[in-house]
Amino acid sequence: MYTWIHKFGSPKHFYRMAGKIIPWTAAFTLILFAYGLYGALITSPPDYQQGESARIMYVHVPAAWMSMFVYMVLAVAGAIGLIWRIKLADVMAQASAPIGASFTVLALVTGSLWGKPMWGTWWAWDARLTSELILLFLYLGYMGLTTAIEDRRTAARAGAILALVGAVNIPIIHYSVDWWNTLHQGATVTKMSKPSIHIDMLIPLLVMAGAFKLYYFTIVLIRARADVLFNERRSSWVREIIAKVKL
Amino acid sequence: MFRAFMAMFNRDLLLAYRHRSELINPLLFFVIIISLFPLALGPESRVLSTIASGVVWVSALLAALLSLDTVFRSDFHDGALEQIVLSPQPLTLLVFAKVLAHWCVTGVPLILVSPLLASMLHIKEEALGTLMLTLLLGTPVLSLVGSVGVALTVGLRRGGMLLSILVLPLYIPVLIFAAGAVNDAALGLDVSAQLAFLGSMLVLSITLTPLAIAAALRVSLN
Repeated sequence: MYTWIHKFGSPKHFYRMAGKIIPWTAAFTLILFAYGLYGALITSPPDYQQGESARIMYVHVPAAWMSMFVYMVLAVAGAIGLIWRIKLADVMAQASAPIGASFTVLALVTGSLWGKPMWGTWWAWDARLTSELILLFLYLGYMGLTTAIEDRRTAARAGAILALVGAVNIPIIHYSVDWWNTLHQGATVTKMSKPSIHIDMLIPLLVMAGAFKLYYFTIVLIRARADVLFNERRSSWVREIIAKVKL
Repeated sequence: MFRAFMAMFNRDLLLAYRHRSELINPLLFFVIIISLFPLALGPESRVLSTIASGVVWVSALLAALLSLDTVFRSDFHDGALEQIVLSPQPLTLLVFAKVLAHWCVTGVPLILVSPLLASMLHIKEEALGTLMLTLLLGTPVLSLVGSVGVALTVGLRRGGMLLSILVLPLYIPVLIFAAGAVNDAALGLDVSAQLAFLGSMLVLSITLTPLAIAAALRVSLN
């Protein structure tokens, strides 16, 4: 077990394995996106209250889920990097951060686009939108910190501590924002009472969520591969690869 | 262990006392920021009293943020911080003493001056006690959570702007509960729930942040 972890954690082995996995995850991402988008845009019925604009949900909800999932990846990978000093975990965390931030931006933008016809305004201080905005700030802080520290090892460890502090804070922030919203706003935002979702809408939604997750894995592996190559640029196996490319 | 804690605490208080002019700066900043609001919004007491709790708390947040830099900065530059990290005493305890001393010289003055500012902003008298209580419970949380950010950025040349980006999002729960409590108190509502939340955040940050600060200092000093 330990030797297996050690083997997979070694940059060289990871580089090779990731190179083999990437085409598969990329292919499955495309298949799921094709099936999910077909279901989302064509076969699923329009919402009985919101009409066609509810279809933005198929992008918005998976993006919001992924934004939280990727932050958890940051925290867990950071903890692994801090405790067992596995370099690969640091690489994964740093490769994930910009992707997570983009998912957060996507969730905010789609939420705002959906809000214009539904609420009549681009931005409402809705509890979920606000927590998502704060999550974006946390991502930007993480990226700001890790890029400000020049030594990559130190940057990864500092980022890991910040991600862990943030992960402890996220539930507190989420519930305090929820609570603040009910206190101050109440009925001004007509929050749609969530009807239990119809099966024809649920299946494309779940397929889209799977597609988003696979997309994330594909991109993070590509980014992590590039980072590993850069970090190990002085080692012999990287030099061999470079020599091959030049020929 | 307790002696090491007290020694560190007394040392920091003494150092702060020797730089008295620097001590007054966060307090002045707090007062000036608050007096800007009536100038910007007009002196009408009805307007001021509705926004007062938010104004006081946002100013307290900014004052705490600006004063944070002094927790570790000078010790980092003269090398004392490395000695502290290398000392055989538990680092978590020593950093807790440092943060506590820092709160005594920057947080406590804010609490003491707050009644004066509250009357300038026409906060209702029945909310005054709640305001001071929220500051008493909330400002230590600001110092503790902020110190994690300072410990992470202490080695960086331009850490100031980055520090605010790291720390301010983490301050949001304190702001929400504290300002909410003062607002409710002004309406004559019961605020024990918010105060309990603030108290639990204080307990949580006292127990967890010294660990994070110590780990962050070890990373920063490498």
